[in-house]
Amino acid sequence: MSTQQHNGQAAPAQPAAAHMPAPAGTVPPAGAGAGQQPGQGQPGQGHWPGGIAPYSSPIPMARTNLGHALVSEWTKIRTVRSTVWTLGVMFALVVGIGLLSAVGLSGDFTGMPLLSSGLFGLMLGQICVITLGVLVVTSEYGTGMIRTTLTACPQRGRVLLAKATVFFLLAFVMTTLACALTALINSALLSDQTLPSYERGSELADSFEGGKLVASGSEWLGATVGAGLYVALLGLLSLAVGALLRHSAGAITTMMGVVLLPLLMAMFMAGKALQDVRDFLIEYSPLNGLASLYRIPMTTDQDATGWPLLGGLAVVTLIVFAAAYALLNKRDV
Amino acid sequence: MIEAYGLTKRYGAKTAVYNLSFQVRPGAVTGFLGPNGSGKSTTMRMILGLDAPTSGQVTVGGHAFRGLPNAPRQVGALLDAKAVHGGRSARNHLLSLAQLSGIPARRVDEVLGVVGLQEVGKKRSKGFSLGMGQRLGIAAALLGDPQVLLFDEPVNGLDPEGILWVRNLMKRLASEGRTVFVSSHLMSEMAQTAEHLIVIGRGQLMADMSVTEFIARNSVGFARVRTPDSEPEQRDKLVAALHEAGGQTQPEEDGALRVTGLELPRISDLAHSADVRLWELSPHQASLEEAYMRLTQGSVDYRSTADMRTGLQQPAGAPAMAGAPAMAGAPAVPGAAPQQAAVPGIAAAPQMPPGQQAAHAPAHGAAAYPGGPQDAPQPGVPGGGTLQMRAPQPGTNPYAADAPAAPTAPPAGPAAPGMPGGATNEGEDAR
Repeated sequence: MSTQQHNGQAAPAQPAAAHMPAPAGTVPPAGAGAGQQPGQGQPGQGHWPGGIAPYSSPIPMARTNLGHALVSEWTKIRTVRSTVWTLGVMFALVVGIGLLSAVGLSGDFTGMPLLSSGLFGLMLGQICVITLGVLVVTSEYGTGMIRTTLTACPQRGRVLLAKATVFFLLAFVMTTLACALTALINSALLSDQTLPSYERGSELADSFEGGKLVASGSEWLGATVGAGLYVALLGLLSLAVGALLRHSAGAITTMMGVVLLPLLMAMFMAGKALQDVRDFLIEYSPLNGLASLYRIPMTTDQDATGWPLLGGLAVVTLIVFAAAYALLNKRDV
Repeated sequence: MIEAYGLTKRYGAKTAVYNLSFQVRPGAVTGFLGPNGSGKSTTMRMILGLDAPTSGQVTVGGHAFRGLPNAPRQVGALLDAKAVHGGRSARNHLLSLAQLSGIPARRVDEVLGVVGLQEVGKKRSKGFSLGMGQRLGIAAALLGDPQVLLFDEPVNGLDPEGILWVRNLMKRLASEGRTVFVSSHLMSEMAQTAEHLIVIGRGQLMADMSVTEFIARNSVGFARVRTPDSEPEQRDKLVAALHEAGGQTQPEEDGALRVTGLELPRISDLAHSADVRLWELSPHQASLEEAYMRLTQGSVDYRSTADMRTGLQQPAGAPAMAGAPAMAGAPAVPGAAPQQAAVPGIAAAPQMPPGQQAAHAPAHGAAAYPGGPQDAPQPGVPGGGTLQMRAPQPGTNPYAADAPAAPTAPPAGPAAPGMPGGATNEGEDAR
């Protein structure tokens, strides 16, 4: 923290500038002397009329980039309790419910693909990920931390991008791990099933190999990576919605609506006239996307894998995120 | 170095900051004074790029804040002690900020030590007192060892020991050649910390000068001299005699004269030799705190009571003083309720746009003060500029709704005190 001599006019933008000899006769900005007491300066050094050379830090200055923001956001996300709580509860719900349902169903014929019962836990677990996604952004607005953050990094887009990346990777890894663990439990406890005679010739019959229910590679992929990706994307959408609304409760409520409302509305749409609307709502309900990844789609199309819906979710997320990115740069904090 | 040019910020119909221009220079603590709601924080937020100005611009070290490649290394800021995530420990909070700008992690422990929080660095900041919060905020500002520092009300919530510490810290930072810009609503605090003052009220610049100058202009005593009301020629005679002897005079609102630069006995002698009778000759002393209070009083009242009074206390016969023309006209009538008051020595000249200055300064200086506006170091004569202060009019406040938003309103203010013989300097004897 030593005072170094410095060209009177140069902003300390480049650290190198601080060590250059101050050019003689540097002209101070107009009117700079008005409030200063003259005559205190060391001759030939500080060219500021007040006699004090502008401060220059001895700490080398790094040019910041997204990497710095990523490290910072990682520190932030791992040092608050909400992260531990939401992800912990998500893990407990997914694995716990998966284990309970597997134990409960074991021995009987379940009538669904081997890994499908993992969906039940994840339907609740995704709410935790949504909550965390919202909180990653809105907790900064709620506490006022956002002003500190954006003062420390006025490149606002970089902050949002770093938050999104760190959160998405964390949510994806954690959800995929939980889903994979659940899938392993299911495959261990539920593969001993006997195909009842009335199911012969059904699609499920193809999944029986040597008297055991097995899951294909694509089923495994859908129930682990697919489900993890889907929920992490939902969380990312929540993060973007949080950045748009800047309010925790508002954003969480909005996301609950997005996830639950299509299906709830469809349930009350009886009658032929609304058939098309109902089918549309069910097909594009976020819950149907998740169910399809577990190979138990809610529509009549039993071949749905959920991947196209996941792509759709990715597109929606991208659009909302772009809107949040643009608005963040535009709005006052 | 912070430079603002014509900074204006509107929130809907409300104008928080209007046409603010100033420079904050390195090597000195610059106090940023104004009552609550006068636009200090808004200005700070605009400097930091958090709020975009409606018009005008502000630069730090020649760059717009949002264009700085590594902002925390150049500008440190304490905006709000509570602007931290309470669930994170103090150390982790600072660590995340350090990482954001590539500052080594050991610097975090350094600044924790500087602000005296090393003991509680691992504690969550939720449990911090306001004073500890301020210290944490100051630590965050110091983290990047920046050239420019902004502190918004840094002594809020600090105990006397803490206040002293902040005061010395500010001075030390400035003595190292940094630009230190500190906002406060306490004149007494700033008088002890700052070397330079920028005073705003209702979002507009009221004063931009060194503390020494502010004190010189505002707390120096003066003599009130009153000649017989019935004989104006006596007054003119006295004024001539006083000017000849090197004194400065300034007409008071009630017809008396404010005389500076001459001792009371000398004034009496001069009056005697000029054969002028005196009705009053009294010494007056204005304190710095009072000067500041008067300076900012208008905005304070405007904020707190304007709405309440309009409906409840306004007598039926009171004239509706709405709009700029009424404002400009009213004080020119002697004896009219004082509505505008020029506060001596509060010069906004260097910051006023040329048009505004041209419009009002001549009227002010030439008519009222023969010496002209430029050679007036004494209190009571504005240093070449226009004065902006509107004392509250009891019962009415025509500015209440949208005055600063109306472009004509602010210039209308300074015009009034400049009317020859008009009501001026109500502020000085309003006590």
